Amino acid sequence: MNHKGINMSIPRNNTLKLKFDSARKYAPAPESRAAAKIDPRYDLFINGKFEKPLSKKYFDTINPANEEKLSEVAEANAADVDKAVSAARNAYNKYWKKMPPKERGKYIFRIARMVQERARELAVVETLDCGKPIRESRDFDIPVVGNHFFYYAGWADKLEYAFPNRNAQPLGVAGQIIPWNFPLLMAAWKIAPALATGNTVVLKPAETTPLSALKLAEIIQEADLPPGVVNIITGAGATGAAIVNHHDINKIAFTGSTEVGKIIQRVISGTNKKATLELGGKAANIIFDDAPIDQAVEGVINGIFFNQGHVCCAGSRLYVQESVFKEVVRKIKDRLETLIVGNPMDKNTDIGAINSKQQLDTIHKYLKIGQKEGAEMYQSSCDLPTKGFYCRPTIFTNVAQSNRIAQEEIFGPVLAIQSFRTDDEVIEKANNTPYGLSAGVWTDKGSKIFNMTTKLRAGVVWANTFNQFDPTSPFGGYKESGYGREGGLHGLLPYLTLQSIS
Amino acid sequence: MAVKTTVTPGLIFRQAGFNLSPRVDQVGIEERAARFTKRSIKKETKVNGLMLALNMIDLTTLEGKDSEGKVKQMCYKAMHLLDTYPGLPTVAAVCVYPSMVKTAKKALEGSGVKVASVATGFPSGQEPHSVKISDTKFAVQNGADEIDMVISRGKFLEGEYNFVFDEIASIKEACGEARLKVILETGELVTYDKVRRASDIAMYAGADFIKTSTGKVTPAATMPVTLVMLGAIRDFYFSTGKKIGMKPAGGISKSKLALHYLVMLNEILGEDWMNNHLFRFGASSLANDLLMQLMKEKTGVYQGKDYFSID
Amino acid sequence: MANSTIKTSSISSNQKKSIKAIGKIDKEQSNGVPSKRLEILKTYKIYIGGAFPRTESGRYYIAENSKGEKLANVCLGSRKDFREAVVAARSASGGWSGRAAFNRGQILYRIAEMLEGRKAQFIDELVKQDSSKQEAENEVGLSIDRLIYYAGWCDKFQQLNSTVNPVASSHFNFSVPEPTGVVSIIAPQDSSLLGLVSVIAPVIAGGNTCVVLASYSRPLCAVTFAEVLNSSDVPGGVVNILTGKISELASYFADHMDVNALIFCEHQPDIKKMMQEKGSLNLKRVVFYDKINWLTGDGQSPYLIMDTQEIKTTWHPIENIGGGKSGY
Repeated sequence: MNHKGINMSIPRNNTLKLKFDSARKYAPAPESRAAAKIDPRYDLFINGKFEKPLSKKYFDTINPANEEKLSEVAEANAADVDKAVSAARNAYNKYWKKMPPKERGKYIFRIARMVQERARELAVVETLDCGKPIRESRDFDIPVVGNHFFYYAGWADKLEYAFPNRNAQPLGVAGQIIPWNFPLLMAAWKIAPALATGNTVVLKPAETTPLSALKLAEIIQEADLPPGVVNIITGAGATGAAIVNHHDINKIAFTGSTEVGKIIQRVISGTNKKATLELGGKAANIIFDDAPIDQAVEGVINGIFFNQGHVCCAGSRLYVQESVFKEVVRKIKDRLETLIVGNPMDKNTDIGAINSKQQLDTIHKYLKIGQKEGAEMYQSSCDLPTKGFYCRPTIFTNVAQSNRIAQEEIFGPVLAIQSFRTDDEVIEKANNTPYGLSAGVWTDKGSKIFNMTTKLRAGVVWANTFNQFDPTSPFGGYKESGYGREGGLHGLLPYLTLQSIS
Repeated sequence: MAVKTTVTPGLIFRQAGFNLSPRVDQVGIEERAARFTKRSIKKETKVNGLMLALNMIDLTTLEGKDSEGKVKQMCYKAMHLLDTYPGLPTVAAVCVYPSMVKTAKKALEGSGVKVASVATGFPSGQEPHSVKISDTKFAVQNGADEIDMVISRGKFLEGEYNFVFDEIASIKEACGEARLKVILETGELVTYDKVRRASDIAMYAGADFIKTSTGKVTPAATMPVTLVMLGAIRDFYFSTGKKIGMKPAGGISKSKLALHYLVMLNEILGEDWMNNHLFRFGASSLANDLLMQLMKEKTGVYQGKDYFSID
Repeated sequence: MANSTIKTSSISSNQKKSIKAIGKIDKEQSNGVPSKRLEILKTYKIYIGGAFPRTESGRYYIAENSKGEKLANVCLGSRKDFREAVVAARSASGGWSGRAAFNRGQILYRIAEMLEGRKAQFIDELVKQDSSKQEAENEVGLSIDRLIYYAGWCDKFQQLNSTVNPVASSHFNFSVPEPTGVVSIIAPQDSSLLGLVSVIAPVIAGGNTCVVLASYSRPLCAVTFAEVLNSSDVPGGVVNILTGKISELASYFADHMDVNALIFCEHQPDIKKMMQEKGSLNLKRVVFYDKINWLTGDGQSPYLIMDTQEIKTTWHPIENIGGGKSGY
C-alpha cells in the first residue's frame, strides 16, 4: 500500500466534548452501617486479653467522611509497650518456638477463615475508620487480607524447602508499625509472615485507623491463638518510637513514609535488630503510542485514584509519548468526570474521604505548589460533601521534571503528567527519583516491555496493568523506597535468620 | 497547479491498510467492564433506567417460522407494552426479516416505532453481492427505516478489509434514507482486537450503528465486547465529529444486565448517547423482565411471569 | 620477579634497610654503578575507573609487616579519591549489569585465570605480609577457587532466587534478582587477598559495581589484584580499589548518596553504628560480614550474592479469549 503524502495517524479533534453530567448522579446506595459493631472504647490487646492502658489515656478515632467520633482507643506508653513486648517474648519462648510448625500453620489458617467469615463487618469498619470506598474495602482490602493469611499459613511447615542448604530460624519478637492507607491489609502483610516463620508480634496500627486491627485482635482472641503471640497496641508516633527503641525486639517491620523509615534505620543502628522498610514512592506510569490506549487510561486512573491516591506505589507521575499526549489527556479528563467522589459507604463511590485533616492539608499544599510552579491544574467538576475531608481528583499538565509535584510523594489523588519522545528519554526520566517502589509501562510491543521493565529501577513493574497485588507476589522497593520484600517466598526471609547447615 | 485532495480520516485509515485501530488488552477491558457492574442502581435512577431500556429495545423476531400473524402480535406488543402501567414508552423498533417488513410497517403505522430489517443474507452473509444489494433494496422499498446488515466475516478474517469496507459502503448507498446498522458478529471475530478493527472499518465505511451480533452465534453481546465498540465510537467521534449508534444484541434478557449496559454507556459516551437514536438493545425477552422490574418498583411486590404477555 | 615495592623517589634512610631485604640491591658498587642489574621498583597506586592514578591527596603511608619491615609506600586514599571512584562505579554500572550473566561468568573466570598466572607474585606478597609459605599458597589457591566458584554462580543464582508467582488473577507474574547498583566495601582487614576476593566476587557476580577499601595493614595484594583485574576483561569502573584508613574513609563510604549498599567486614561496633546511621541518609543496604571466616566454606555462598540484590516483580496480563484450553 502506498502511504505517500498521507500523515499516518488519524487526527483527533480534542476540543469536542462528551457530556457526563448524569454519570455521577446515581441515587444513593449506602452500605448498612449496622453490619459493624463498634464498641465505644477499645483497650490494648496484650497477652490475649484487652487490657486497660498503664498510660490511662485514650484518644478518639473519627470517621473522616463526616468527622464524627467512632470510638476511643487506648494510647500505649512505653510501659504498655514493654508489657506487650514481654508478653510476646514469653509467648515466643513458652509456646510459639516450641510448637510444631504445622500446628502454627493451622492457627494462621484459622485466622484466615475467620477473616473471610467476618468480611462484611471488617469492610464496613475499615471504610468507616479509614474513609476508603466500601467497594474497595469489600472487593479488595478484606478479601486480600484473608488470602494473605491463607497463603502464609501454608508456609509454616515448609520453610526447609524455601532456603536450600540453610537452617531457617525465627528472629524472635517482631515490632510492626503500619500505616493508615490499608489498615487491615497492612496488618495482614505484617502478621501473617511473622507468625508463619515462628516469630511473635507486637503490632501498632496507625493512630487514625486503629479499629480494623482491633477487630482482628478479637478474631485472634476467638481463634484461641496462644496468649501473647500477637499483641496489638494503639497509639501515635511516641508509641511507635517506644517499639522501635525497645531493647527486647529483634525485628522492626515498618510501612510508612521514607522520612520515618530513615529515622528508624538511624535509631536501630548499633543494635542487632533487623529491619524491613516499605516506604514512599513516586511511580512513573509510561504510555507509549502503540499502547492499548483506553486500557492504559484506565490503568492510569486506577494507578493514581485507587484509595484516594493514598498508595505508596501509586502511579503519580504519568509520562505519555508525544504523539498520543493530547488524546490521552483528553481521555483522562473525561474519565475524571465519571469518578464519583463522596460518601465512602455508598457502593457507587469511586473516591472516598481523605484519611485525615492533616493529610488533606498536605494535599492542598501541593496543589498550591503545583500551580505556583507553573503547572496547569485540572480538577473534575464534581461537588464535594460539606463535612469530612475530600479532594477532587486532580491532574497537572505542563509539568517539569524539576517541579516538586513531580518529585515528592503527595499521597493523594494528584497526577503529574509529562510528555516524552523516545524510550531512552523516558527511562532516564522515570528513574530520575530517589524512590524506586513501582512503575508502569503500556505498550503493545513485547520486546519493548522487557526493555523497559528491566531498566526501570523499581521493585514492582506493571506492564499493561497497574496496582495489582497478590499474596504470592513479592512487594517492596529499590533505593529510598525501602528494603525487604513482603509477599511470596521472598517475604519469608525478612523474618528469618539463615544458619549454615555445616 | 497541485491538486488539493481532501484527506479524510477514512482515507487515512484505508491507506494504512486498516491498521490504525488501537490494540485492546483483554484483561484490562474485562476488568473495566466488570467495574460497571459494581454500580448499584437504586430507586429513581433504577426506574428511569428501566424505562429508558424499554425505549431502546429493538423487539426482534428472526426465525424461519416467523409468520405474518406472529409479526403482527409482536408489533402490537411493541406499541402496548403493558397497558395497565400508564406512562410507559414504546420500544424503539421491531426487527424482522425483509419479507415481513411490509406487515410490520403497516401494523406500526403512526406509532413512531421504527421498522428494522435484517438484510444482506442474514445471518451468515454468505450471499453474492448482487443478492445482498437487492435484499437491502427490497427491505427499504417495503418501508424499512433501518437496515441491520451482516459483514462478511470470512473475508474479514482473511484480511480482505477492502472487500468488507466496500461492501458496507455499497449497502449504505443502497439504504438510501434508511439508517444502517452493521452487525460484526463478534462471536465469530473472537478477539477484541478484531472487534475493534471491524468497528472502525464499519464506521469509516458509513455505518450509522454498529451492532455486536445476529443472535445466532454464541457468544453474542457481552459487556466487554460492547465496551470495545463504545470505545471505537468514541474515538470515531473525536476523529470525525459524527455520533455513531451502538446496538448490543443477543444474550441481554435481564433488567440488571441492561442497567449495567446503560451505566457503561453513560460513563463512556455520556448523555448524548442515552437515547434510542444512538443506542438499542437487540432483544426479545428483555422487555418482559424490564416490565416485571418496573412493576416491582411500583408495587413493592416481586412479580411472576404469568402476569406479562409473552409476545 | 619484579616485585620490589617502593617508590624510589620517596625512599627514606630508614627504608633503605628493608629495601636491601626486598630489593636485593647489591652492596658492592663501583663508581656508583651497581654490579648487578638494578630492579625496577613497583609503585602501589590506587585503581579507579580502570586506571591507576596516585591519590589526589598526594599522601602516602608505609606498609609494614609485623616484624616492622617496611614493605611499600602505599597511597593514603582520600574522600576525593572515593568520590571519583563512585563516579567511575556508577558510570560502569549500567554496562556491567546489562551484560549477559554468562559473559560476567566468563570474565570472573578470566580473573581467576590471570590470578593463577601470577600466583607466585601473590604468594610472595603474602609471605612478606606475615603469612607462612604454606598459608600463602593456601590463601592464593582459595582465592582463585573462590573466583571460579562465583564465576559459576553468575548465571545461576538468579534461577535459585527467582520465582514465578501463581497469582489469583489473569496475570503472569515473576520475581527476579537485580543488582542493587553501586556497592561500597570495606574489605576484611586481616586478610590481604582472600578476604578481598571474597567480598568483591559476589558483588560483581551479581552485576553490581563497587568501590573497595583494601586492608590498611596488608595492602600489597589489593593493588596487585587491581592489576589482575585490569588485564582480565573487567571493564574499567566495575571494581575500584582504594588504599587508606577506615577511620578516615568509613563515613564517606556510608553517607555517599550515590552508593546503594555498603559492606563492612570488621567487628567494630562504633563504626557499624555509624554506618547504619549515615547509611540511613539514602537508605543504603548495610551488610556486616564480621563473623565470617573466609578460609572456610562459610566464606562463599549464593546467599552472599543475594545480600546486594534487589527483587523485582513484573506483572503482565494473560489474554484468555474464547476459553481455549491447552492441549492436554
